[in-house]
Amino acid sequence: MKYYPTIGIECHVQLCTKTKLFSEVDNDARGKEPNSCVSPVDYALPGMLPRLNKEAVRFCILAGKAMNCEINEFSRFDRKHYFYPDSPKGYQITQFYQPIIGPGYVELPSGIKVRINHAHLEGDAGKLTHFDTYSLVDLNRVDTPLIEIVSEPDIHSSKDAHDYCKELWRLMCYAGVTYGDLYNGNMRFDVNVSIAPEGSAELGTRAEVKNLNSFRSVERAVEYEISRQSKILDKGGRVIQETLGWNDATGVTTGQRSKEEAKDYRYMPEPDLPPIHLSFEFIKTEAAKLPLMPKDYREKFGGTIKEDILEILLDYPPLMLKLEQLEQSLLGHASARPVCLRQFASQGASVTGEPRSSSIVTSGRSQKALLLVANLFASVLLAEEKSAEYLNDLPTAAQLNDLAEMNEKKELSSTATKEVFLKMFDPQMKGKDAKTIAKELGVIQENDLGALEAIVDTVLAKPETQKAQEDFRNGEEKVIGFLVGQVMKESHGKANPSAVQEILRKKLSN
Amino acid sequence: MRIANKTITATRLVKDALDKAHEFKDYNIFTFLNEEGALKKAAEIDAKIAAGEKVGKLAGVPFAIKDNFLAPFGETTASAHILEGFNSPITATAVAKLLAEDAILIGRTNLDAFAHGSSTENSYFGPTLNSHDRERVAGGSSGGSAVAVALDIVEFATGTDTGGSIRQPASFNDVYGLKPTYGCISRYGVVAMASSTDCIGFFTKSLEDMDLLMSIASGKDSKDLTTLDDYYNNSEVAKAEKVGIIKDFDNDSVAPEIRAALKSKCELLKSKGYEIIELEMPALKYALAAYYIIVPAEITSNLSRYDGVRYGFRSDKSTGLNELYANTRDEGFMPENKRRIMIGNFVLSSGFYDAYFLKAAKVRTLIIKEYEEAFSKCDFLLTPVAPNPAFKLGEKANDPVAMYLEDMMSVSLNLAGVPGLAIPAGKTASGLPIGLQLVGPRRSDKDLIEFAKVLKEDK
Repeated sequence: MKYYPTIGIECHVQLCTKTKLFSEVDNDARGKEPNSCVSPVDYALPGMLPRLNKEAVRFCILAGKAMNCEINEFSRFDRKHYFYPDSPKGYQITQFYQPIIGPGYVELPSGIKVRINHAHLEGDAGKLTHFDTYSLVDLNRVDTPLIEIVSEPDIHSSKDAHDYCKELWRLMCYAGVTYGDLYNGNMRFDVNVSIAPEGSAELGTRAEVKNLNSFRSVERAVEYEISRQSKILDKGGRVIQETLGWNDATGVTTGQRSKEEAKDYRYMPEPDLPPIHLSFEFIKTEAAKLPLMPKDYREKFGGTIKEDILEILLDYPPLMLKLEQLEQSLLGHASARPVCLRQFASQGASVTGEPRSSSIVTSGRSQKALLLVANLFASVLLAEEKSAEYLNDLPTAAQLNDLAEMNEKKELSSTATKEVFLKMFDPQMKGKDAKTIAKELGVIQENDLGALEAIVDTVLAKPETQKAQEDFRNGEEKVIGFLVGQVMKESHGKANPSAVQEILRKKLSN
Repeated sequence: MRIANKTITATRLVKDALDKAHEFKDYNIFTFLNEEGALKKAAEIDAKIAAGEKVGKLAGVPFAIKDNFLAPFGETTASAHILEGFNSPITATAVAKLLAEDAILIGRTNLDAFAHGSSTENSYFGPTLNSHDRERVAGGSSGGSAVAVALDIVEFATGTDTGGSIRQPASFNDVYGLKPTYGCISRYGVVAMASSTDCIGFFTKSLEDMDLLMSIASGKDSKDLTTLDDYYNNSEVAKAEKVGIIKDFDNDSVAPEIRAALKSKCELLKSKGYEIIELEMPALKYALAAYYIIVPAEITSNLSRYDGVRYGFRSDKSTGLNELYANTRDEGFMPENKRRIMIGNFVLSSGFYDAYFLKAAKVRTLIIKEYEEAFSKCDFLLTPVAPNPAFKLGEKANDPVAMYLEDMMSVSLNLAGVPGLAIPAGKTASGLPIGLQLVGPRRSDKDLIEFAKVLKEDK
C-alpha cells in the first residue's frame, strides 16, 4: 500500500546571549572548564531566584520575526518538573501555557510554507557524561536560553524535513540569535513522523525521534521511520506512540520509552518570575533590528551572483556578511538595515548605519568586484581543507576590495588573484593589503606599455625568435603563442599576456 | 532601639545576649550561636565608636535570624536534616542590609523544618519551648525567633511568614510580629517555602523598632523580581477612622478569652473615637483549603532541588540514581515535609491540575477581591491571629488537620498579599499571651505600625 507521511518538527535553538537566561554568568562556555559558567542560581542553591535576561527576550522577537510569527504582548513562565542531575532545580523553567512567540510560517526555497504553531523560551539542561560506574555532571549549559520552535505537521517528505531544518538554521543564524553550531548542539531537532494510507483523512499514530543534530540525520531518520512504519502497517500491525533515539552510525531508530510510561511533568506557573509584558512599541522597535535575511540577500545579490553560487554562499552567514560589507565599502555608505550578525561581530562588522541613498543600485564596478569575491569564496575558499577555520577569520572588506581592483586593472592574472586571496589567510600575511602580498609573491603583472615594449624588443632581437617572426609574417597565426611565451619568460611571468600579444601583433605587422 | 551611645558598649550587649542564650539553652531556641564572630564584630564597632567613626543605625544591636536565611555564619539548615553541612556562600539580601547597619548576629533560630508547621515541633532539632509556659509550643514556624525576642536574648529577630509563621508565634509569646506586604522585603537568599506567599518580616519588642527595621530592610532588589518599589520609606501615614471586625471569625471555634480580648480592643478604639464596623467576608472560609493546595504545590516544586547531588545531606545507602534520590529525600525530610510534597504532587498531577490548583487560584482571586472590598469600607481589620493560645507540646502533633486549622485566620493574608501585624493583647487567666492581628491593604505596612500605637495605650 502507498502511505502518505506527515511530519512535524520541534527545534531547540540555543541563543547566543551574553549571559544566561536567569543569571548573570557567561553564556558562552565554548572551550571553558566544566562547571566554570555556573551561578548560584543555575546551581540551585536554596533561596536563589531567577532573573530574566532581557537580551533573550529581544532575541525572541528577532527569531519570531524571522519566522513571520506574531509576538505575544503577554507571556509567562511555568515550571516543568523532573528529577535528573542535569536539572539542578528539579524543574525546567519553560513557557507551557503562554509562549512569547505565536503562530507564523517558514517558507522553504522550494516555495513550500511550513506553519509555525508557536515558539517558547526556556532554559537548557546540563550535560551528563557516563562512565562505567559513575557519571559526571557539567552544569555549564544549565539555563542557556533556548527557544523551542514547534511546527505544524505540514511536512510530507524527508527532503522537505531536511529543507525545513536547514531553512530554520539559516533564519536563526541570519537573525543573529544563535551561533548555529550544529556539531555542538546549538540546534537540535525532534521529529514526529506518522504515516497514513494515501487518501485517508485521518493521521496515523506518530513516533517521535528525539535529539537529531544534523539536517542529514533528520532526513535519514524520517526516511527510516517512513519505511519502518510502512512495514508494520503492511503486515497489518499497529504503530505505537513512542519516543525513539537515532543512531547515526547504524542508521536505525531505537525505542527509548513509550507514551504509557511517559513522565508527568506537573506543570505549575513559575511564581518567582513576573509575566512578560511587551508593549507594541517595544516589539516594533526590536523587530526593526532584524538583520538581512536570506530572502533579502537573494533580492540584493540575485542579479549579480549566479543563483547556484548564491545558494551555496547563503549556507555561510559570515561570507554573506562579508559580501554585504564589501558592497557597503564599494558604495561608500552603510545599509539601512543592520547587517551585524552579532555572533560574528568579532569580524568588525558594522552595526546599523546611515540610510541607503539609492535602494539596490549596484554600479558596474561593484558588480564586478562582488562577483569576483563571491566566486573566490565559492570556488577557492570553500574548497580549502581549512575553510571552516578560515570562515572565522575572513579578510577585511578593504583587503578584498583592493584585490578585486587589482584583478580588474589586470595587475593580477586570475591565477595570481586566487594565490593572493589564499595568502590573506596565511598567518604570516594576515592583515597585509593585497598589493603588499602580491609584491611579496612577485605576481604583479607588468602593464606598463613602455616597459613591455622594451621587453618585446629584447625578445624580437633574439636569434631564436627570428624564425617564428618570419612564420608569423607568412600567416602562421599560432606561432604568436610561442612569442608571447618568450616575452613572458623574459618578464619572469609578470607581463600581462594579452597586452604582450597586442604589442607583438602591432610590431610584427609593421 | 538602644543604639550604642557610649553609655553601654556593643561588647557588653553581645556578652549579655550570649549569656542569656546559654541561660535559656533548654528552650532549644538556637541552631547555631555565633559566639566568636559576634564578639569580634562588637569589638570592632566599639573601636569605631571610640575613634569617633560613623557607625550604622543598628550599631551593636544583637539580633538573630531564623535558620532559613542564607548567610556565611554557621550552617544554613532550615532545621532540616537534608541541609546538614550546607555552608552558604551567599548572604540573604535582608540579612546583608541589617549587617550593613552594624547589627550583630548572635545566632540562627529554630523552626519547623523548611518552615512547614505551626509549632516548631517539626524541627529536625526538636521543638522550641514557649517563653511563657515550658510545656507549651513556641508556635511556628518561626518559633525560635519569637522566643529569642520574648526572652529578651536579642533585640529583634527575622522570620518568614508563609501562612502565619511570624504572626502566630509572636502572638504565642507576647511580642510584635510583622508580615509585610508581599514583595516588600527581598526573598533573595531565604530558603523558599512557597514563592507566591513567602514574606520576610521581624519580631520586635517595640513598634518603633519595627518601623526602623522596615525602613532598613524593605525595598526593591534586582535579585528578586517580585520585590516592589521602595514604597515603605516614601509612605505617608494616612489618618484612620474605621476599623473592621470580621463576623465570620466571631464564633465558637475561637477561644472565649481571645474573643474577649478582641472586644476589649474594640471598646478601647471606640473610646478613642474610632468607628468599629462589622464585615462579612464569606470567601475567607475557603482560604485554608485554597492555601493547602497552592502552598504544597509550590513547596513540592521548591523542594525538588534537595536531591543529595550537589550539597547538603546525601544518603550513603544508595547504589543507583533513583535510590539516591529516594533514600536521601526519605531520610532527609521530616514527615510534615513529605506530607506536603505528596499533597503538592497530587494537586499538580496531570488530570488534577484544573480541579485543584486552578480552582484554588480562582479562590485566591476571590479572596483578593474580598480584601479590596473590605478596605473600601474600613481602614484596617482587627482579627485574632489564631483560634487558640499556645497549645501543649505534642497536643496536635499527630493530627495534621487540627494543626492546619491553627492557620485558619492567618493564611488569607498571605494569599491576598496584604500585610498583618501581630500585637500583644493581654493574657489568658492562666498567663498565656494573647495576640491580635491588625490587617491593612497592600503597602499599608507603615500605617499598621503607626496605628498599632493607638491600640497599645490601654495599660
